[in-house]
Amino acid sequence: MTAPNESGQASSTDGKSGMIEQAKDWIDYRLPIFSFMEHELHDYPTPKNLNYWWNFGSLAGIVLVILIVTGIVLAMNYTPHVDHAFNSVERIMRDVNYGWLIRYVHMNGASMFFLVVYIHIFRGLYFGSYKPPRELLWWLGIVILLLMMMTAFMGYVLPWGQMSFWGATVITNLFSAIPGIGDYIVTWLWGGFSLGNPTLQRFFSLHYLLPFLIVGVVILHLWALHVHGSNNPLGIDRKSEKDSIPFHPYYTIKDLYGLGVFLIFYMAIVFFAPNALGEPDNYIPANPLVTPAHIVPEWYLLPYYAILRSVTFDIWFLEAKLLGVIAMFASIFILFLLPWLDNSKVRSARFRPIYKQMFWIFLVDCILLGMVGAHAPNDKVFPGVDWFEYVRLGQISTAYYFFHFLVLMPLLAKYEKTRPLPESISEPVLKGTESGE
Amino acid sequence: MSQTAEGTVFQDPDGGDDKSRRDFLTLATAAVGATGAGLAVWPLIDSMNPAADTLALSSIEIDIKPIEPGQRITVKWRGKPVFIDRRTPKSIKQAQTDDGAKMPDPQADKDRVKKAEWLVLIGVCPHLGCVPLGQKTGQSRGDYGGWFCPCHGSHYDFSGRIRKGPSPKNLQVPEYKFLNETTLRIG
Repeated sequence: MTAPNESGQASSTDGKSGMIEQAKDWIDYRLPIFSFMEHELHDYPTPKNLNYWWNFGSLAGIVLVILIVTGIVLAMNYTPHVDHAFNSVERIMRDVNYGWLIRYVHMNGASMFFLVVYIHIFRGLYFGSYKPPRELLWWLGIVILLLMMMTAFMGYVLPWGQMSFWGATVITNLFSAIPGIGDYIVTWLWGGFSLGNPTLQRFFSLHYLLPFLIVGVVILHLWALHVHGSNNPLGIDRKSEKDSIPFHPYYTIKDLYGLGVFLIFYMAIVFFAPNALGEPDNYIPANPLVTPAHIVPEWYLLPYYAILRSVTFDIWFLEAKLLGVIAMFASIFILFLLPWLDNSKVRSARFRPIYKQMFWIFLVDCILLGMVGAHAPNDKVFPGVDWFEYVRLGQISTAYYFFHFLVLMPLLAKYEKTRPLPESISEPVLKGTESGE
Repeated sequence: MSQTAEGTVFQDPDGGDDKSRRDFLTLATAAVGATGAGLAVWPLIDSMNPAADTLALSSIEIDIKPIEPGQRITVKWRGKPVFIDRRTPKSIKQAQTDDGAKMPDPQADKDRVKKAEWLVLIGVCPHLGCVPLGQKTGQSRGDYGGWFCPCHGSHYDFSGRIRKGPSPKNLQVPEYKFLNETTLRIG
């Protein structure tokens, strides 16, 4: 790109490309949007050793766009009224041109969004991406996760099926656990004395709004990212220009390749198993007088649901119900404290032999919590072993979840003997070539 | 204060720049602004509370003549199920003898009914809002013969009191009145 001169006129004037250059320069002189893109998307120096786990941030961004685009089109055919919502969704599925496709892309898009974001979060946990100077970047990510959960929850209510209705009833009732004012808050959330039409309409309004808030926070997230740049698998800062490569074309092409692989997976679900991740009960219209035998949230919320149900005992004057709600919210809010709970100077688990193992145990613990959330509390984990019910497994897994953050992380930061860090990102690579590896 | 060519200017007796007065003005402006913002936000928040038409639908009348002893019926009130249970002498007796039992939310049976034969309850589990089972024949009534919530396993007795499971409270008794021998008004 040529630098604009004082008047904003480009110096090159040969033919058509000169015209475009001139127009670009004219705009850039007044609103430096092209320089900005050049700087942040093209030249943007990026660690040269990023692996495929770094693809999931851009994937999350792309899924968000897919969700917003399909959602806007769905909203053109959806009716947010208790008498019409279910039928309008069925009409989208049967009568609207490609309505089935758009809805399945949207519905499974939510699952894909969470899948990609969870991998992105665990990537951050493994490679220590939450550590200085990226604490705010991490915080903004958690805010995005919270907004995603709210959006997904409200979106799930919109088809007004049995699971929409009863899932929303259970979740809104969580607020009744707040001492004193809980019942008023629930009535306020509902806009009535039970989950009804006012609730559906406000959920639709908010379900439309929140994704744009997410976009706003994503922009802040990217801004914070671009201040210090990406972390990398070695978890060490870049020391010289040799450690970086420009974002374009190296990572644009890598992200595109990852996108291709991801879309194959995503579309395979959309076309061959569109309802595999959903609950069949949601194809039954909502009935306020009959509760389904087994209320379960969508898979991406199961671990939190397990934590909620694990507290079955009162502590002191606090009721089990309130404690369960506190534990559930704490399981997410504890992530905000992580940069201080783990103040080990070494970021990447590659150089933290014990943390590396604890990371995998923690991942298994989260998966266990997900399994617990999917089962009724009194189901037996192993047939024949009567005392080992899922609620018991949930209590153990919940205890471990908090143990990991509150005890293990601070202790490891203090006592773990870390392996020596390489001098620079380039060093292990160059050494490797020298020794002929 | 002193006169200058430009007019009157404030002068701090200590010769400073009159900080405390500026602070006061800043605080006062912020306080008025915050109050105004709060007042402006209140209509938005209150608009999400139940509207007048929702509140208007708050009472129903039910003909209870056809209900046989031992029969339970469900009616819809304010979008929620209400259980009406015409109890048998046996279950009334059980409910009364259980008054002394240990329970999370102790309450005597006589405080939960207007006429011992008629138990009227909001059919919503106080735990997380599911509808307990036990209204229809063949449904589980839990370990205490009343109702059983399938969602998280709360057991209720013949008086709708919580006896076992996560619910912290008894099934709620709505406001109701017997208008005459055969008509019940809820709300």
